[in-house]
Amino acid sequence: MSRRAEALLALGGIAALVFTAWAAPWLRFVLTVALAKGLAVLGILLLLRAGQVSFGHAMFLALGAYTVAFAAPAVPETLVLLPAAALLAGGAGLLIGLFVVRYRDIFFGMLNLALSMVFYSVLEKFYAVTKGTDGIRMPNLSVAGVEPGSEAQGWIMFSLALGLALLCAVGVRAYLGSPMGQALAGIKTRETRLEFLGVPARRVLLFAYVLSAMMGGIAGALIAMTSRHVTPQLAYWTSSGELIFIGILGGAGSALGPFLGAVAFELVRVYAAAAVADAWQMILGGVLLAVILFAPGGLVGILSRRRRQA
Amino acid sequence: MGEWFTENGLLLGLAALDGLAYAALVFMVAVGLNLVFGVLRIVNVAHGSLFAIGAYTAASVGLLFAAWGLPPAAGFAALLLGTALVGGVLGPVIERGVLRRVYGQEEVLQLLVTFALFMILEDVQKLVWGVQPVSQDAPMKVLGTVEVPFGDDTIPFTVYQLFVLPGVALFTLLGLAWFLRRTLTGRVIVAVTTDKEAAMAMGIDAARVTLLTFTFGAALAALGGALASPTTSLVPGIGASTIVLSFAVVATAGLGQIEGAALTSLLIGLGRSAAVYFEPELEVVVPYLIMVAVLLVRPQGLFGVVEARRV
Amino acid sequence: MSQPTDVSRRAAVLGAAASGALLWAGGEGARAQAAKPSELRIGITTFLSGPASVFGVPSRQAAELLIEQINRAGGIGGVPLRAFFVDEAPGADHLVGEYRRLVQNENVQVVFASISSGSCLACTPLSTEMRKTTLLWDCGTQRVFEEGKHPYAFRTQGYGTPEVLAPLLYLLKHKPDFRTLAVINQDYAWGRDSWELWKAGMDALKPGVRVVAEMFPRFNSTDFSTEITRLLATRPDVVLSTSWGGELVTLVRQATERRLFERSLFVLPVAEASMQSLGRTMPAGHIIGARGDHWNNHPKPKNPEAMKRFVDGYRQRFNEYPIYPCHHMAQAFSALQAAYAKAIAAKGGGWPNDAELADAFRGLTFDTPTSTITLREDGQGLEDQLVGLSSQGERFPFAVPRDMVIFPAAMVSTPVGQKSVDWLKSLKPDILAQVPAPIAG
Repeated sequence: MSRRAEALLALGGIAALVFTAWAAPWLRFVLTVALAKGLAVLGILLLLRAGQVSFGHAMFLALGAYTVAFAAPAVPETLVLLPAAALLAGGAGLLIGLFVVRYRDIFFGMLNLALSMVFYSVLEKFYAVTKGTDGIRMPNLSVAGVEPGSEAQGWIMFSLALGLALLCAVGVRAYLGSPMGQALAGIKTRETRLEFLGVPARRVLLFAYVLSAMMGGIAGALIAMTSRHVTPQLAYWTSSGELIFIGILGGAGSALGPFLGAVAFELVRVYAAAAVADAWQMILGGVLLAVILFAPGGLVGILSRRRRQA
Repeated sequence: MGEWFTENGLLLGLAALDGLAYAALVFMVAVGLNLVFGVLRIVNVAHGSLFAIGAYTAASVGLLFAAWGLPPAAGFAALLLGTALVGGVLGPVIERGVLRRVYGQEEVLQLLVTFALFMILEDVQKLVWGVQPVSQDAPMKVLGTVEVPFGDDTIPFTVYQLFVLPGVALFTLLGLAWFLRRTLTGRVIVAVTTDKEAAMAMGIDAARVTLLTFTFGAALAALGGALASPTTSLVPGIGASTIVLSFAVVATAGLGQIEGAALTSLLIGLGRSAAVYFEPELEVVVPYLIMVAVLLVRPQGLFGVVEARRV
Repeated sequence: MSQPTDVSRRAAVLGAAASGALLWAGGEGARAQAAKPSELRIGITTFLSGPASVFGVPSRQAAELLIEQINRAGGIGGVPLRAFFVDEAPGADHLVGEYRRLVQNENVQVVFASISSGSCLACTPLSTEMRKTTLLWDCGTQRVFEEGKHPYAFRTQGYGTPEVLAPLLYLLKHKPDFRTLAVINQDYAWGRDSWELWKAGMDALKPGVRVVAEMFPRFNSTDFSTEITRLLATRPDVVLSTSWGGELVTLVRQATERRLFERSLFVLPVAEASMQSLGRTMPAGHIIGARGDHWNNHPKPKNPEAMKRFVDGYRQRFNEYPIYPCHHMAQAFSALQAAYAKAIAAKGGGWPNDAELADAFRGLTFDTPTSTITLREDGQGLEDQLVGLSSQGERFPFAVPRDMVIFPAAMVSTPVGQKSVDWLKSLKPDILAQVPAPIAG
């Protein structure tokens, strides 16, 4: 997609989101969560560029969410909690990444899965500390020292999510254009040749992994602050599967893809659940199937094809 | 240390028996996934759904037989019938109808196709069989129990779980090994697993091989479900819980390695059993700990072949 | 002279502004209205997928049946009911969004939430924030009203503490000399909470019981063979399990096959919903509970015709007996009718707004087919608990209790303002003297 087309699409998207959030207050919540998930999927996108699929990315989301949940009673300040979550998730990403980037393909995917399931079990079993599957309720948070009312809180979270999404999307775009980002694609095609060029493949992948972990942590923190309730379900393997689903739905061709995919996914799920409460899973599965069979480039692919034809 | 063993030796013995039965079921489900992955290089998330549908079908056929007044032993025929139906019908339908369209595309897309199928099949199960637990335990009941000595006491074990399950698993393992090593079709499958391009260059019809392998894998998943159905009651969601375990086995065993799958299943079964007896909280994470431990030492899996790096 | 494009552009802008304003006004307006609506909208969250749908789907069926009946009789205050069902299964964050959608987009008057305790804990603060009456129709966690004040949330049924204390008291009267106990609960909040409650009560009322095994098999387990072998080997006097659904059915089937029921006495506090699936397999003589008092063979229901009508109506329509989620749903509707009647009367025939409706629920007493339930000032409902020994008979093709004890709600519920675990620890053995005599049934 050309830069101009991408910028126009981004602006149009932001305008549409803001209008919808203003016109339909109940959708504001859904859209905030969608933007947060899109942020996490942005991280998955980085790994997809390297040809690796992480089945356990939800653990970084959960890490960010639980960091906020545990720290909030002591430090109920949004602007402190967000960076804290990002740093903690990034740190964990570094530790885990050092181990995991030595593997490729299915082993990479399954190791991430295993670690996320162990994390899920820990969250769920240490009942005394984490309240297990009941989850932890978030106390009221202040923003820059001020405690806003519930309506204002909703708008603040929405704007934060939008702002962070924009920031990270621009950042990822820049990163993917940089030599390190371009090297990711090298890992996918022929890693050996990359090494011959003198590029340390593991370090490249590790950098991408840590970045994606940080974004996952921010996403988790946003979800925690918006839904005000964190449960271990955030770390379950189906959560990770959902993120990959969104990644493909949106399309891996552009940094906008994850957000398009996330918004589409959340809206489809909400309306499918509202229309056919006991078959929403089937509808979502059908949508995914249709996208893969007929539009494997995702929504981004559809849009760029149309622009090229027009 | 010796003291601990004298105190707990009998318990360990019991744990081993339990672990064997559990390992047998894990193996039956995971080996099909392993085969499919070896040939198609796709982790088939819908494998769990095939397991569940195999279990439901076997139970339904069994209940039908019981309603017709057939003797309880006919329950075994029901198991086999259920397997054949699911494997023979769903396998080719999925492979031809859906997977064939995405071959050659990115691996992540192929994987997501199976994830989409899984989601659809979960709701299909609910629509067809409802949400109330479905039980058909005639095959287990008809065989009765056997008393295993335990110190001054005896512990009843069901013959089904102690002998039939491990027996069938062993038979499957040996049968598969013989099939893959000694028959032409089997060796063709191994060839395609090792190097698809070279195999095709040799004139092997890869399309036929993938169809055959997938159907076979589906039948094995369904057989696993059918074998599990007499011991448990079937509710929505059992496919989802089984599949994660199978993923762990596939990664640990090595690509397409059925002996690896057998050994991994045994490790997981015994490990889990020991955990239940001595440290119950660890029971859930045992498969993942084993996977991480194995991959640390042997990054290509237990029996995986180190692939030459492509230049 | 206006050109076609100018007109269309202007119209488009006006149209967009108008629809935007309408959307906004629709959302705003609904919250303040107290005029009589054309339909009484109820949001109902329950499990429609996953293993807990074994409760969720029957509860939905019960809700649909009850709504039909109520509408045929003229609705509530002359207004017909309409339900909007939401699946809890996707998780708490999805449910929170759905709650907002139900309130702000579908303009429901009341929300019935939920089966899962996690869902309830996530929704009750929303009820305060959005000032929308929320009836906790099935979840059991004691934490809701003990850890915060929720002026708009009301639980129209019992909860975990009486559901665990009643079987404990029954056990202490039925088999007072047991010495060893093992627990096998599902590995999630209810499994852990119920064990914590039981242990607190048991250690206070009968200190010195040795717990030989604490097992928490993975949620959604399909196989308990290993756990059963361990129980066979350790031979506890009592085995406690608060499992439900498919897992309880599997546990009972596997345990009966290996004769564990002959070695140990089982206490199954929430067994009622699984009795039909077990049929004749359920062994006799074990302690079973129903999360309330609505067993099909209740010896002296307050309103036998109402009980018969509900059970027979459900059976005819759905070909199975109602289970406790169905009864809990019926209790919620019964409370709803009583509250509206009270609120409308208090307003001299006018339609109550959100605050007036919530006031009507406070302290409300409403009838159920089996007894009466009162809502306390903290929002918690007081529901009697019926516990008995399983027995197989001619009347039903599945196990029902005999030697039933009806525990009065006040006796087994935590007093207002106390935490359940603390209260249980403070119990004295003289509470056993208050346990009513069993009714043969």
